[in-house]
Amino acid sequence: MTTSKQSAPISFERERPAGKSAARYILGRRLSRVWLYTLLIVTGLAFGLPFFWTISSSLKSITEIYIFPPTMWPAEIRWKNYADVFTIAPFARFIWNTVIVTLLAMLGQILSAAVVAFGFTRFRFPGRESLFVLVLSTIMLPWQVTIVPQFLLFRYLGWINTYWPLIIPSYFGGGAFYIFLLRQFFLTIPKDLDEAAKLDGASNFRIFWNIVLPLSKAALATVAIFSFIGHWNEFFAPLIYLNSTDKFTISIGLRYFVSNPFESDEPREAILMAASLITALPVLILFFVAQKYFVQGIVTTGLKG
Amino acid sequence: MAAATGRSWWHSSAQRREALEGYLWISPWVIGFLLFALGPMIASLYLSFTEYKIGGSPVWLGLENYIRAFSQDKLFWPSLNRTAYFAIATVGLGTVGSLLAAILLNQNARGRNFFRALYYLPSLTPVVALAILWQWLLQPQVGFVNYALYQMGIDGPGWLTSRQWAVPSLILISLWAGIGGGRMIIFLAGLQGVPQELYESAELDGASTLQRFFNITLPMISPVILFNVILGVIGSFSVFALAYVATDGGPNYATYFFVLHLYYNAFSYFQMGYASALAWVFFLIIFILSFVQIKFSDRWVYYEFS
Repeated sequence: MTTSKQSAPISFERERPAGKSAARYILGRRLSRVWLYTLLIVTGLAFGLPFFWTISSSLKSITEIYIFPPTMWPAEIRWKNYADVFTIAPFARFIWNTVIVTLLAMLGQILSAAVVAFGFTRFRFPGRESLFVLVLSTIMLPWQVTIVPQFLLFRYLGWINTYWPLIIPSYFGGGAFYIFLLRQFFLTIPKDLDEAAKLDGASNFRIFWNIVLPLSKAALATVAIFSFIGHWNEFFAPLIYLNSTDKFTISIGLRYFVSNPFESDEPREAILMAASLITALPVLILFFVAQKYFVQGIVTTGLKG
Repeated sequence: MAAATGRSWWHSSAQRREALEGYLWISPWVIGFLLFALGPMIASLYLSFTEYKIGGSPVWLGLENYIRAFSQDKLFWPSLNRTAYFAIATVGLGTVGSLLAAILLNQNARGRNFFRALYYLPSLTPVVALAILWQWLLQPQVGFVNYALYQMGIDGPGWLTSRQWAVPSLILISLWAGIGGGRMIIFLAGLQGVPQELYESAELDGASTLQRFFNITLPMISPVILFNVILGVIGSFSVFALAYVATDGGPNYATYFFVLHLYYNAFSYFQMGYASALAWVFFLIIFILSFVQIKFSDRWVYYEFS
């Protein structure tokens, strides 16, 4: 562990004084404004055009989507593709299942990572530092090594084709990244507050619940956002644990959409594009609403790790 | 905890109570670690020496699964080589690409928050959606990519449907999804953490732009590079969902990566013993690669505060 000296997450919104930008020194002043904006726009197009193309394709009719050369924007916008997503496959059901699993797993990760992080910051016990190193080292443990026995364990418990394997592990530790992130945050909360509360006879649980958690809303929000995205996008666990279509989460539901032919042999690319966009939408909206938490979360786990 | 002070410390009852309560608070993680990490690892090590079909009981085989993997399984080495090729390309190009994107965003340009968001969006796209939308973009006849190439007078390849181009296609998709993600944000924060004075005094000494980049920027952000490369290697070696959805290992095994091999052995053929052996080979590869990177990092990583 190397801990950098910055105590607050680096702000990206900060404006540098004119003429003092580090990057100008890095690439030199000869990189003219024209080149800079050209590069920004060209790379921006490389990242943005595929999305544009997906949106455009999702609104095309069956005939128009196969025209060559392709049209950039549909001649006639066909919103019905989005409605078809829900009639052709039980997509509303997939979304509902995913909401349930994601919220329950997210709750578990937040609570359990906060409890464990509190334990690592507010108590002294033998082996604390080495146990924390062990927590961090599990970040590098690939899940492939444990998946077979885990599957056998959950099968033994009769949990195949239930949501328990997707939810229950979240309540046991909540993931090394989140423990680390919350620990870093809890360390910045002055212990004077704890001491004062202790003199008033508050238990450790009350200190945790009534002092530390309310002061950590920003960090908890960061954990909540990353946890939400992680579970919403989760693919492997639902793939191996869920068998029946009515239990599918959205990721494997979307794949089911691809791999199961529709009743007619009509081209379905437009509907697939619409379904993909619906799948990605909650996460994209979350990003736009909560951008600053993303940056803070990534920077804390990345730079201080 | 220092062992020297441990004894008297441990024997005070208030401190012992504090320690016990500390263990209680971290116990969810300890139980989770034993149940979902350490226990399964030991179990899979044991299973890797057995033949085990679900419903039956494990039959001891000794090293046979490992011998089979290394010398008889015709899919083992090709899938491993393919995975290494994919990992080297995505980690190499991806790390350089993310660093360049971060440098670009660190310029004093208008709208850089907008561009940062735009670069970041692909990394949020669920992998199944990513695979589906790129299948369509790379569609050989009417796909957008081949249409753009056609405009430039180039006859585009069959991409995901071509044996030769399938892995490069998956590399392209991974780069599109990965360059602007967390790695770029971490680089950006690293660049902003480099003290201004270093650049100012180097400029007084007449250092050129490239000299400043290689002598100041790179050493100052080298810990961040190490972090990104280690996690990048683990992530690329684990490539599964993208290939599973976009090509299902095809055409004709062209994108059959190591974890697909593991997955099919475990969950299609239900050869849990052999799959465990593959999992342990995989774990050892990841462990050795990470260990070597950390071990040799002191030759090129510069720690300001060590």
